[in-house]
Amino acid sequence: MASAVETKPVEKELGKPHERIAATGGEAAAYAARDADIDVAAIYPITPQTPIAEKIAELVANGELDAELIHVESEHSAMSATIAAAATGARVFTATASQGLELMHEMLYIASSLRQPVVMALATRALSAPINIWNDYADAMSMRDTGWIMIFSENVQEVYDNMIQAYYIAEHPDVLLPVVVTLDGFILSHTMEALELIPRDEVLAYAPKRPRSYRPVLDPDKPISIGVLGGPNWYYEAKIQHVLALRESPRIIEEAARLFEKRFGRSYGFIEKYMMDDAEVAMVAMGATASLVKAAVKRLRKEGVKAGMIKIRVYRPFPAEEIVKALENVKAVGVLNRAIAYGAPVEEPLFQDVVTALAVRGIMKPMVSFVHGMGGRDIFVREIVDMYKKLLDAAREGKSVTRTLFWGVKNLEGKPYI
Amino acid sequence: MERYLGRKYPQGYEDIPLAAIVPWPGNTAELPKHEWRTFRPVINQDKCVRCRLCWTYCPDGAIVELDKEYVTSTGRKYKITFEVNYDYCKGCGICANECPVKAIEMVPEER
Ligand code: SF4
Ligand code: SF4
Repeated sequence: MASAVETKPVEKELGKPHERIAATGGEAAAYAARDADIDVAAIYPITPQTPIAEKIAELVANGELDAELIHVESEHSAMSATIAAAATGARVFTATASQGLELMHEMLYIASSLRQPVVMALATRALSAPINIWNDYADAMSMRDTGWIMIFSENVQEVYDNMIQAYYIAEHPDVLLPVVVTLDGFILSHTMEALELIPRDEVLAYAPKRPRSYRPVLDPDKPISIGVLGGPNWYYEAKIQHVLALRESPRIIEEAARLFEKRFGRSYGFIEKYMMDDAEVAMVAMGATASLVKAAVKRLRKEGVKAGMIKIRVYRPFPAEEIVKALENVKAVGVLNRAIAYGAPVEEPLFQDVVTALAVRGIMKPMVSFVHGMGGRDIFVREIVDMYKKLLDAAREGKSVTRTLFWGVKNLEGKPYI
Repeated sequence: MERYLGRKYPQGYEDIPLAAIVPWPGNTAELPKHEWRTFRPVINQDKCVRCRLCWTYCPDGAIVELDKEYVTSTGRKYKITFEVNYDYCKGCGICANECPVKAIEMVPEER
């Protein structure tokens, strides 16, 4: 899954070029936690996140990282300990995947509604049953309404860069929300790519650790109660405050990316547009699959098809304005995801977001929802090319496909989708 | 923390403390504790025989015994008076149920 984003070495005011190593996505996440100089990590290992837990343990053991590593007995405890550590003002980190994320689920709301700047790496993986350890976005999509900021990564470098930016965003006084950075299970977590590291002093200059007093934290000298009962008389107001914090967060997410580019030379947006300038049909994708879609777009362009792609990097808060602007002029929109929203009108979670963003602005155009790659099922460029052809059909007929096309499902008729 | 807009306690979503933390230790003494009451007990002092059962049974200690003299319409004189502290009364109606002479009436709260 080669990356299309170029990782050019940066020689700027900060001096020497950055060190380039070969690393897996799991290692990249751990290195980012190290370079952000975290104080506390509470991690329970779960496939395919395990390399992150292992690497953090190794970094702490060999003295490269001066952090408290809490050996918890479950993910529920991992998230609880991380929230509690954050509540004392510490810079925290945890990581999980799949069923582990589900076990954390109760605490995910607590982290976000208590406004604790927790940073988590999520090695995306399918949900049982049947038991499956391979990649899809079932777990990530299950946390989309928990009030976290969610950033998807396309390659190993993005895992690292997104993690560094996550600390900037989460701990910013105008945000104070937990941030999750995804890395596709195995596809990124276990695959080695070139990774450009940023020295710790430069990371800390970019995302400095703030004094404890900048936000309300547990302090015996200044007692406060965190996690109180909110009856019918105040619960609603607290939740609205959370909604507004998420609505305001794009300003800081954008600022984090702008500053990151200025200092380290790699640029990030809420979405990435690929060959969209003159595109007639566009596919919306996310995570590592985006690289594959880019390859399909290249192939289609050679055939003379004006195809384009939009990659969603920041999934929550959903960058509706940017997406609508990018899709305004295309004839048909396809949405490609590795997750199922069971029983939904169209059973694909990302599709619902994209359509809602367009529909509330009065924009209607042929749309097709594609699901692929569930439970780590391989997906090939030629399949995505076929999806684009389906999209071209929809554009020609001027009609949406009213239900999700499950691509690559084995069926007795030998059809490409059902 | 500077969001309290100069007031001691918040009035709307704009000024509640971040994540609804409570930075005022001991504030339960000052805040309303009866907001969900739908019926309030009203003691008919004329009927009340000062048996103290309501005082005993109230789960919230909301019935108070006062050293206040009271003379009933029939001329009977009591040295003490039982009253309801509406700051604490939750309107459960236990007092009205226990009162042997039905001196307590549960009256709907109007809001
Ligand atoms: S209604 Fe309930 S809470 Fe109120 S005074 Fe009577 S027993 Fe106490
Ligand atoms: S239970 Fe009734 S009679 Fe007895 S003290 Fe209370 S109000 Fe009076």
